Formats: sequence, C-alpha cells, structure tokens
Amino acid sequence: MGAQLRVYRSKIRSAQTTKKITRAMELISASRIQKAQQRVAASTPYSRAVTRAVSAVATFSNVDHILTTEPEKIERAAIVVFASDRGLAGAFNSNVLRASEELATLLKSQGKEVVYYVIGRRAVGYFGFRRRAFEQSWIGGTDNPEFETAKEIGEAIVAKFIQPTSEGGVDEIHVIYNRFISMLTQEPQVVRLLPLEVVEGVEAPDASEVLPLYEFEPEVGDVLDALLPVYIESRIFNAMLQSAASKHAATQKAMKAASDNADGLIRDYTRLANNARQAEITQQISEIVGGADALVVKK
Amino acid sequence: MPLQVSVVSADQQVWSGEAEMVVARTTEGEIGILAGHTPLLAILASGEVRVTQVGGRKITADAAEGFLSVEHDVVTIVARDAQLTS
Repeated sequence: MGAQLRVYRSKIRSAQTTKKITRAMELISASRIQKAQQRVAASTPYSRAVTRAVSAVATFSNVDHILTTEPEKIERAAIVVFASDRGLAGAFNSNVLRASEELATLLKSQGKEVVYYVIGRRAVGYFGFRRRAFEQSWIGGTDNPEFETAKEIGEAIVAKFIQPTSEGGVDEIHVIYNRFISMLTQEPQVVRLLPLEVVEGVEAPDASEVLPLYEFEPEVGDVLDALLPVYIESRIFNAMLQSAASKHAATQKAMKAASDNADGLIRDYTRLANNARQAEITQQISEIVGGADALVVKK
Repeated sequence: MPLQVSVVSADQQVWSGEAEMVVARTTEGEIGILAGHTPLLAILASGEVRVTQVGGRKITADAAEGFLSVEHDVVTIVARDAQLTS
C-alpha cells in the first residue's frame, strides 16, 4: 500500500473515532436539556410568587430599606458571572465572559471599582489565567445546580452589600448569565440585582394588573427583611438553572456541528484515498505494461 | 367561593387546589384564612400549614422559612423547603 493511501486511511479512522465521541456527547446533552428545562419550569411558580410579593411590598410601602434604596454615590460594584464547569459548548462561556468584560469597562468608566464573584470552573480559569482577583468562586455542579449553592451565593452577596463601603462592601450587584431562549438561541443576560429593580423581563407581573393593598404581618420592614434574601436567592437559582439549560443546549449545538464536520472530513478523505488508490493501480499497470514493452523490444 | 391555594417550594409546586380554610403559623401567631380575607403578606414561622379542602379533607404541609400571601381568595404559601406531610 502506498504511503499516501496509508496517511488518508489513518485520517479517516481518526475522524470516525472523533465523530463517535461527539455524537455521544450530542445525544447526552440533548437528553439533559429536557431535564434542565423542566427544572426551570418547575421553579417558575416559586420565583413568580416571590417576585410578586417583593414588588407588592416595594410598591406599597414607603419604607427605607437598605436593599431597595439607591445609594447616593456608587463606589464599588460587584459582578456575578455564571459560567460552566466544562467547555465544549461553543461560545457559551466566552459570551458571558465577554459580556462581563463589557460591563466592567462600563462601570469603570463611571468611576466604580469592580469586584467579581465567579461561578464555574471555566470562569475561574479565565480569571486565574489573567491573574485577575475575584472575591469568591464556586465550582462544580453547574450542570445540575443545587438550591443550596444559590443560597450560599445569595448570602455571600447580600452580606457584602450590607457591609459599609468603607469596609469593602459593594453598593451595586450585577449578575450575568446565559438566558435560555430556545434550543438554538441562548443570550447573555445582564441584570442589576441590587439595589432592587423589581421590573424584570419575563417574570414581572403584568403592568395592567393592579396589586391589592396588602396588610403586613409583622411590620412592613420586617417582611421586607425576610423577603429580600429569599428574592435574591430565587433570582440566583433561576440564573443558575437558565445557565445550566443554556449550557446543555450550547453543547448539543457545538457537538452537532463537530459531528457534521467529522462527516465532511470523512467524505473528503475517502475521496482522496480513492484517488490515491486509483493512481497507485494506474501506476502499477503502467509499470507492468512498460516492463512488458521493454521485454518485447529486447527480443 | 372557595380559596385557590398553592403551596410552592424553591424547585417545584408542591400542591395546588381549592380549599375552604388555611391555617398557618406566622411569626406573630396562628392565623386562619377563610374566603374573603383582606390581602395579606405574612412571614411564616417554621411549622405546619393546615389546609382544609372543599369537602372536609385535610392536608398539612411543612413549610420552613417562607411567607404567605393572600389576595382575592388566592392563597400562596411559599417556602424554600415545603413538603406535604400527609
């Protein structure tokens, strides 16, 4: 067998093996999207109820609460970045990271200092590689987020928010995550979590719907005290679930593209290999014919 | 008109249905809610929430760290961890 032919054959084999792997990964994430989407849907009643309650308290009370009042001057802002633990998901991680860079640039241009909270091994790697400091990080479990983690993150950022600015506290908290729009589209979403802006995208209660005048038990301030951490947690949990669903969708898309690519490679190399084989045969024939001719001439 | 009750936890809706009465323990004490109650937002103390369904059947739910909202005969019991105990 000719050297060229051997090279093509080994390339075909390698593409076939790669394709098997990417195909398997595609199928795995396809099955996980379903589950992740169901979890997003299952947690919606909770976040809707919490959002509704918080907006009711915020609109119908004139209490000055630290979590709702805009500070006079914002000196330091925190950015919470939700990435994933694993790559192989197309632009999934680079999208959120790019969005966080853009936001950081914007905040810095407004004279604010930026601190980061990062979730997911890829984001930690990104910050580590650039030797950038981050306040705190959480890794593991981005594929299947636990409420406990959301609670931990929520407690950490609320504590940081309550801390006075002079002692290293932050005045503003932004979150960035990939929002799951459809199997094909996931968009990085930037939301300012604190100070509170309850009017938010999909979960905001209908503007036309009038909220009733509530009675509060115990006092308005206490209700708000108890509700806000819950609200923050639920927002963070929602971001984690959305991010997980988006990750699986992005992986599926990337792996499908990789499998298709492998198909293309296999096809191209098969053609080349056929060509090489044919050329080899042609050469052998012409060698035989040439040899025979030479013998005839000698006679 | 019966109350529309739903019990919701962080990761799912635990129960929903029609009920005649809801009894819950808030941080201030026990509270009973019947149809026509004024809109209310209350913080729950840990403990049971008892729901008397239409027809007299009772269910209880364990709700910790949550709140209760009532508006227009719609009662929502929201808790981080909530499960039905019977």
